[in-house]
Amino acid sequence: MSPLALILLACLVWLAIGLLGATFSRRFVFVTRVLFPAGALVAATVALTALLALLTQGDTPHTAMLPLGLPGLPFHLRLDALSAFFLCLLGAVAAGISLYAAGYFRRGQGSTPGLQCLLYHLFLASMGGVLLADDAYFFMVAWESMALSSYFLVTSDHRIAEIRRAGFLYLIVAHVGAIGILLSFGAMSGGTGDYTFDGIRTNAPEGWLASAAFLLALGGFGAKAGLLPLHVWLPEAHPAAPSPVSAMMSGVMLKTAIYGLLRVTFDLLPEQQWWWGALLLGLGLATALFGVVFSTVQSDMKRLLAYSSIENIGLIFAGIGLSLVFAANSMPLLAALALTAALYHCLNHAFFKSLLFLATGSVLHATGQRNLGRLGGLIHRMPWVAWLALLGVVASAGLPPLNGFVSEWLLLQSFLFTPQLPHGYLNMLLPVAAGAIALTAALAGFAMVKFFGVVFLGQPREEHLAKAHDAGRMERLGLIWLAAGCVLLGVLPNFVIAALDPVTNFLVGAGFAPAADKGSWLLLAPISEERASYSGAIFLGGLLAFTLALFFVVRAVFHGRLRRADAWDCGFPLLSGRTQDTAEGFGQPIRQVFAPFFRITREHPSPFDKEPHYRIVVDDPLWHWLYLPLAWLVDLGTRVVGKLQRGRIAIYLLYSFVTLLALLVFTTR
Amino acid sequence: MNPLAWLPTLPGLPFAGQLINLCAAIMLLLAFAMLAQRRIVTLINLFALQGAVLCLSTAIVALSTGQSHLWGSALITLLLKVILLPWILHRLVHKLSVKWDVETLFNIPTTMLVGIGLVIIAFNVAQPISEFAGTITRATIGIALACVMLAFLMMITRSKAVPQVVGFMSMENGLFFAATSATYGMPMVIELGVALDVLVGMVVFGVFFFQIREKFDSLDIRHLEEKTKQE
Repeated sequence: MSPLALILLACLVWLAIGLLGATFSRRFVFVTRVLFPAGALVAATVALTALLALLTQGDTPHTAMLPLGLPGLPFHLRLDALSAFFLCLLGAVAAGISLYAAGYFRRGQGSTPGLQCLLYHLFLASMGGVLLADDAYFFMVAWESMALSSYFLVTSDHRIAEIRRAGFLYLIVAHVGAIGILLSFGAMSGGTGDYTFDGIRTNAPEGWLASAAFLLALGGFGAKAGLLPLHVWLPEAHPAAPSPVSAMMSGVMLKTAIYGLLRVTFDLLPEQQWWWGALLLGLGLATALFGVVFSTVQSDMKRLLAYSSIENIGLIFAGIGLSLVFAANSMPLLAALALTAALYHCLNHAFFKSLLFLATGSVLHATGQRNLGRLGGLIHRMPWVAWLALLGVVASAGLPPLNGFVSEWLLLQSFLFTPQLPHGYLNMLLPVAAGAIALTAALAGFAMVKFFGVVFLGQPREEHLAKAHDAGRMERLGLIWLAAGCVLLGVLPNFVIAALDPVTNFLVGAGFAPAADKGSWLLLAPISEERASYSGAIFLGGLLAFTLALFFVVRAVFHGRLRRADAWDCGFPLLSGRTQDTAEGFGQPIRQVFAPFFRITREHPSPFDKEPHYRIVVDDPLWHWLYLPLAWLVDLGTRVVGKLQRGRIAIYLLYSFVTLLALLVFTTR
Repeated sequence: MNPLAWLPTLPGLPFAGQLINLCAAIMLLLAFAMLAQRRIVTLINLFALQGAVLCLSTAIVALSTGQSHLWGSALITLLLKVILLPWILHRLVHKLSVKWDVETLFNIPTTMLVGIGLVIIAFNVAQPISEFAGTITRATIGIALACVMLAFLMMITRSKAVPQVVGFMSMENGLFFAATSATYGMPMVIELGVALDVLVGMVVFGVFFFQIREKFDSLDIRHLEEKTKQE
């Protein structure tokens, strides 16, 4: 059985699981304890098959044609290195999330688990369809069913007006993006009417039409990924959705947009312009900075993570942009390096961000709170979740030895080679870009410290937090799966890079795994050992050894001589959990430094207020500068068009009559 | 022996062509008459008459050219537009007791003047088309187009629902006539489809009439317009 057939079968099994869930929607135990784990098993199969295909298949892609779809317009499928990599990502992350979801859904929250099961597995299957599609028609069908199923998943708690609004915003942005993608395919087919990807490859346009196709695809996929002016749906939809769904959307769905952009730019369009890369790089960096700055000032934990997702997407886009610049200047090895960094970061982000979103789900179930100001000290009540979330936090902050570090380090490494570019302006500007990436990484660390510190460390800020319970068995299993992924991806970078080799070979015609392979699986050195090298495993070993040694030394020296006493209270006798640093307080320096980024409204209490109340709202200025004027314009336009609607049949008849006359006179003139 | 076999043998413009031109002239005259007519019952009779003339002209074309499927169209026209639809309309008018005069939105002389302008436009528009058409009836395309436009004008200028429906049907008559004169009729499938459409449209309109009358106690569609304005 070929890998393509196996993966296709897996997608069908997902659909079948979903339908079973919808059929037996009242059998709660069956749905959660049987169907979701079965979905996880299928996901693991997909990941394994795709990985094997990636490692063994070489240059020849598997293709197939399904006799479905419209007459004369069958679905084309194809499994090549790029889709195999993203399928591997989908399967590996989805396995963890499905395991977690088996323990997550409760009775009486939002839609019934049966319906969630149907939508969730439809979502998975359509993402698989997007990654397998080999013609524009099937791609759009899968893309839209992905958007719709995720919309219904986001609005599963549709009785709350705020969630309905968030879902609607998501739906609008998704559809605007889909229009961009559709037009992009139209531009690429160049009027030949052949919409298979093979056909597009052979007669892809050049010149301005290619640039138009690229820009439309950038707009369309950027809307799905959360690129800068189109990011507004992300911080609304992620908090609204149930946690496994947020994890799936942030971890995997955003990556399908990356996949689409890579497919269009590197595979379907034959020639890349260097300014495409510069544009992507600029947009990506702006998105990354914007996302990270906003994530540091959030006080809702899922919004914080959503903005952090925007930041990571920005970094990935910057990596792709850099790779485009290198590729357009025919420097394939460096292009492969930057692309590897971007793809590696896709994989890393998928693992650690879904891990963190799932952790927020457990916290949400245990405490009913998303607001950071009402959490705290949960490490004592929920040790499993806290320690596993710590792994995700460290990975997300980009610290060695976990996976986030490797990809950010590779990205910075690739920036260090930009002086070799034959381009004056780029040579001068790209170091600034590298600086911006370093700043982003540092701020991401800040945001993650805030997230972990405020939620899990310190004392509980509310009394009911004492009753918080740890995650259940299935939830723990899912978290462990994802955390293990974070560790393995960080410790074994050489293996990952070797697996990425076919992908970069396919896209930019070079792989740098041979260059990076210094004869040892331990040592990662992208270009040369003298220049820079890193070994995750040695680092991890060193860190563990050092920590253990320190622990035993401290224990040997101080054990038995400890004295417990009250903390020094500065003469202020009322110390409670609420005296701790809050999320707002922790983010205050950043808010001060980056004040021009925000649109801040504050309400200070008066000194004589009996019940003082402090409120601060940090808004997205783009919403006010771009979206509200746009909404106003649309409103104005509809009002003007509305004047045509007089509500009288004679007038409507007159319209068609005049049109008929005008057309007749026009055509026979 | 066909008693009319001598018809196409006449010199000059064939006799059949003359007859068809005569039918076309009557169609146009009837269209103007409908535009000017104030009474609903007479309007329906005029509509039936127009259908009859259409049926006759189709039959003449069928006879003179030997296009056998046109006999079928003529038969459909006879059944549908001369007998069935006028009968339904008469019954509706009787049931709804709306036999009184029709109010027009513009006065009738103005409408007639506009109608004359439309005929001029229609002839100008049809000229290049009729040069292409290779049929013996090509001179009548302009008249057919004028009939369509006049019926459309009637729909615009009437405020009651029944005359609007009659205008709609009459438009279909003009369309049919145009098809017969330009290309010896449309393919049978399309003609059947159109005929079915008109029939279904009639039924829908019938239901619609009763609904309007129940709601507003009148068939004047201006009530409907006020209703939409309130919302």
